[in-house]
Amino acid sequence: MAALTPISRKPMSLVLPIVAAAGGFFGLFIGTSNGSGYMGVLIGALMAVIGAVLYIFVLKNEKLGKWITIALYGALGFLFGGLAAAIVGLLYGWFIQWFSYWLYEGRYRARLLPYLTPGQVLWHYSFRVICGAIFTFLITPILVVMPLSFNAQDFFTFTPEMLRLDPAGYSLKHYQDFFTNNEWQRSFKNSLIIAPIATVISVSLGTLAAIGLSQSHVPGRRAIMAIMISPMIVPLIISATGMFFFYSDIGNWMEGTLGLNKTFVGYVKVVLAHAVLGIPFVIITVTATLVGFDRSLTRAAANMGANPVTTFFRVQMPLILPGVISGGLFAFITSFDEVVVVLFVGSASQKTLPWQMFTGLREQISPTILAVATILVGISILLLATVELLRRRSERLRGMSPT
Amino acid sequence: MTDATSQSGPVLAADGTPLKKSLARALRLQKTRALMLIAPLLVFVMVSFIFPIAKMLFKSVENEIVVETLPLTVAELQNWNAESGALPDEALYAAFVADMVVAIDAKRHTRLGTRLNYEHTGMSSLFRKSGRKIKKLDPAADGPFKEKLIDIDKKWGDVTTWAVIKTHSVKITNGYFLNAIDMQRTPEGAQAQPEDKRILIKLFQRTLFMSLMITVSCILLGYPVAWLLANLPARTANILMILVLLPFWTSLLVRTSAWKVMLQQQGVINEVLVWIGLVADDARLVMINNQFGTIVAMTHILLPFMILPMYSVMQTIQPTYLRAAKSMGATNWTAFWRVYFPLSVPGIGAGSILVFILAIGYYITPEIVGGTKGVFISNRIAYHISSSLNWGLAAALGTILLGVVLLLYWCYDKIVGIDNVKLG
Repeated sequence: MAALTPISRKPMSLVLPIVAAAGGFFGLFIGTSNGSGYMGVLIGALMAVIGAVLYIFVLKNEKLGKWITIALYGALGFLFGGLAAAIVGLLYGWFIQWFSYWLYEGRYRARLLPYLTPGQVLWHYSFRVICGAIFTFLITPILVVMPLSFNAQDFFTFTPEMLRLDPAGYSLKHYQDFFTNNEWQRSFKNSLIIAPIATVISVSLGTLAAIGLSQSHVPGRRAIMAIMISPMIVPLIISATGMFFFYSDIGNWMEGTLGLNKTFVGYVKVVLAHAVLGIPFVIITVTATLVGFDRSLTRAAANMGANPVTTFFRVQMPLILPGVISGGLFAFITSFDEVVVVLFVGSASQKTLPWQMFTGLREQISPTILAVATILVGISILLLATVELLRRRSERLRGMSPT
Repeated sequence: MTDATSQSGPVLAADGTPLKKSLARALRLQKTRALMLIAPLLVFVMVSFIFPIAKMLFKSVENEIVVETLPLTVAELQNWNAESGALPDEALYAAFVADMVVAIDAKRHTRLGTRLNYEHTGMSSLFRKSGRKIKKLDPAADGPFKEKLIDIDKKWGDVTTWAVIKTHSVKITNGYFLNAIDMQRTPEGAQAQPEDKRILIKLFQRTLFMSLMITVSCILLGYPVAWLLANLPARTANILMILVLLPFWTSLLVRTSAWKVMLQQQGVINEVLVWIGLVADDARLVMINNQFGTIVAMTHILLPFMILPMYSVMQTIQPTYLRAAKSMGATNWTAFWRVYFPLSVPGIGAGSILVFILAIGYYITPEIVGGTKGVFISNRIAYHISSSLNWGLAAALGTILLGVVLLLYWCYDKIVGIDNVKLG
C-alpha cells in the first residue's frame, strides 16, 4: 500500500522556505548562545538555502552532497566550539541535507496514502513531532541522570569540561563513593536482604491464593479480591501509619515475650510489611495468566493418576510460571523501591537504599545519589527485559500469536 | 442414562447416593479447597493490613485519655455548667488535685497536657508547670484547694480551662474530625477555627486541585502517545513502548531525584536556558519547591499509568471505523470526535481514575520537590505522625483521604472492574 504512492519532485517555492525555516530555527540557538539571535537566524537560514540550491542545481549528486555537507558543518562546529560542537555540527549537517532531499524529492509522501491532502500530510508529521516531544519528556530525566553521575565535580549540572567532552570532566568518583561508603553499602545490603525475602513470601502465598480464586466456585470472590488488592489502592501513607502502630506493638511483644534480638525483629517487621505491599501485584499477574489456562489439562493429569500436588508441580506450575515470575518481579521492585513504609516501620539498622536516597535528597544532597540512580536504572532495564521476554513466552505457550 | 430414567426414585450416582446429594458434596468440597488455598493469604492480609488500618482509623475518634487520667474530675464536671460563667466549686478542685497526684506519680499528666494543647494552646505548659507544684500537695490534708490552685497558676481560675477539659472528656470524640475540617469542638458545639488556623481545608482543596491538574496533563500528554502506539505497526509500537515502560519500571526515587536535578536553580534546564540566552543569569526560573515542580514531576511519574490503560482500549478500536466515517463524508475532525473519541472514552476513564487515586495519596515526590507550597495532604499526615505526634488528627485526615480514595476505587470497579486491572 505504502510503496504504491507515486512521488514527484516538489517546486522550489515549497522546498526553500521550509529548509530556511529549519536552518533558521537551528541558527536561533547558536545565535542566542553567541550573543545575537537575529544574526543566528539569518545565517542559519541563508546557509540552509544555499546548501539546498547547491545540491539541487549545481551538484546533482545526493551522496556526494551528503558527505560535503556533513564535513562542512562538522568543521565549522570544530572551529567554533571544539569536539562537542563538531559532533552537533556533523549531526546537523546530516539532518539538513537529508531534510532538503526529503522535501525536494517528495519522499515525505512515499509512505502515506496517495489521496491525503497537503493539510493531512502536514498534520501527520506535526503529530509525529508532538509525540516525539512527549517521548522526550518521558525519557529525558532518566537519560540526564546517567552522564551526570560521571561528573568529576560535585555539581548537579553539566560542567563546561563535560560539554567539551574533556576526559578530565568525567570520573568514577561517585561510584567509588557508593562502593566504599559504609552507609551506602549497608543500605544496599539491607535492600538486597529485605526485597528477596518479602518477594518469596508474597509470591508463594499470592500464587496459592490466585489458584484458589480461579476455581469455578468461590464464595465472595469479589470481596476477597477487593481485600487482596487493597494494599495497592490504599495510599501508602495510610498503610504506613497503620503498620507503624501495629508493628510497634508486635515488635515490643516479640522482643519482650519471645526475647528475640532487636535487629532481627526489625527485619521481620519490614519484610512482613513489604510482603503485604507486593501481594496485589502477584495476585493480578498470576490471575491474568490463569485466565488462559486450560483446565482440562489438570483433569487429564488426574485422570492418569497424578495426585493434586504432582499435578500442580508438573502440569500447572510450568504453564503459569511466566506469570508467577513477572508477578514476583513486580513484588521485588515494589519492595526494592519502597520508602514510606520502611521509613515508618523500620529503624536505622534496616535503612534501605531508597531510604538512604530519600534522606540524601532531603538533607545533604550528594552526587553519589546520581551514581546510585544510574545503577538502579540499569537494574530496572534488566527487570523490564526479563518481564518482556516472559510475557512473550507466556503468550507463545498459550497459543496466542506473538506480537 | 436409560437405567436412571427407568428407575422411579431419585437419580443415583455410581456409589448409590442420590446424584443431587453427591453433586452438592462435590461442590462443597471444591469450595472448601478453593477457600483453603485462599485462606493463608487472606488471613495474612487481614491481620497485617486491614486490621492495623482499621485500628489506626479508630484513633481518629478514640479519646479515653482524659477520662483515664482524671476520672474523679470528669465525674464532678458533669455537675458543673460551663455556660453559667461561674467557676466550679471546691469539690471539683479537690477531685482534680486527687487525680493529678495519681497522674503525676505515673507521669501521665504531661501527656494529657499535650493532648489538650491540640485543642487549646497553653494547656501543655499549664499542666507541666502546675504538675511540679501540685505534686507537693496532699489531697487528704491540704484542702481547700480552690485558692491554692489559682495561686499556682491563675489559669485554674479561668472558666475556659475547665470548659476545655469538660468538652474533651468524652470517650468517643468528633473533635479530631472537626479539627481536620478546620473546625473545633467547643462547649457550644462545633465552631469554625479562628481565621489564621484554617489551613487544612485549603490543603485538601490544593490536593484535589493538583491531583486534577496532574490527571488533566496526563490525559493531554498520554492520549496522542497511546493513539500513536495503538496505530503503528506492532514492531515499531513495541520499540516505542520501551520508552513508556522504562520510566514505569525505574525507581520512583531515581525519577524524583532526576527532576530535582533538572528543575533546580542551578539545574540542567536553567543552565541550558541561560546558555542559549533565553533567560538571564540573574533571573533563573523558579521551578522547584512550588506547585509547578510537583505537577511536572508527578505528571512524568504517573504518565505511564495513563498511557497503558488508554493503549489497551485503543488497540481494540478498529481503524476501519475511521475510514468508514471518512468515506461517508466526515471530515477528519468529525470522524475523530464523533467516532474514535467516544470509543476511547473508557480508556481515558480508567487511566484518569487510576492516576487520580495514585496522585491524591502521594507523599515522596511532593516532599522532595514540593517545598512548602506544593505539598499534599499526605505530607501533613506524615508531619502529624512523626513530628507533632497529634496521632488523632493524623488518623482523622487519613480517614477522610481513605474515604475519597475508596469512593474513587468503587467508581473504578464500576467502570473497569478490579478483575481487569492489568500491569505492564
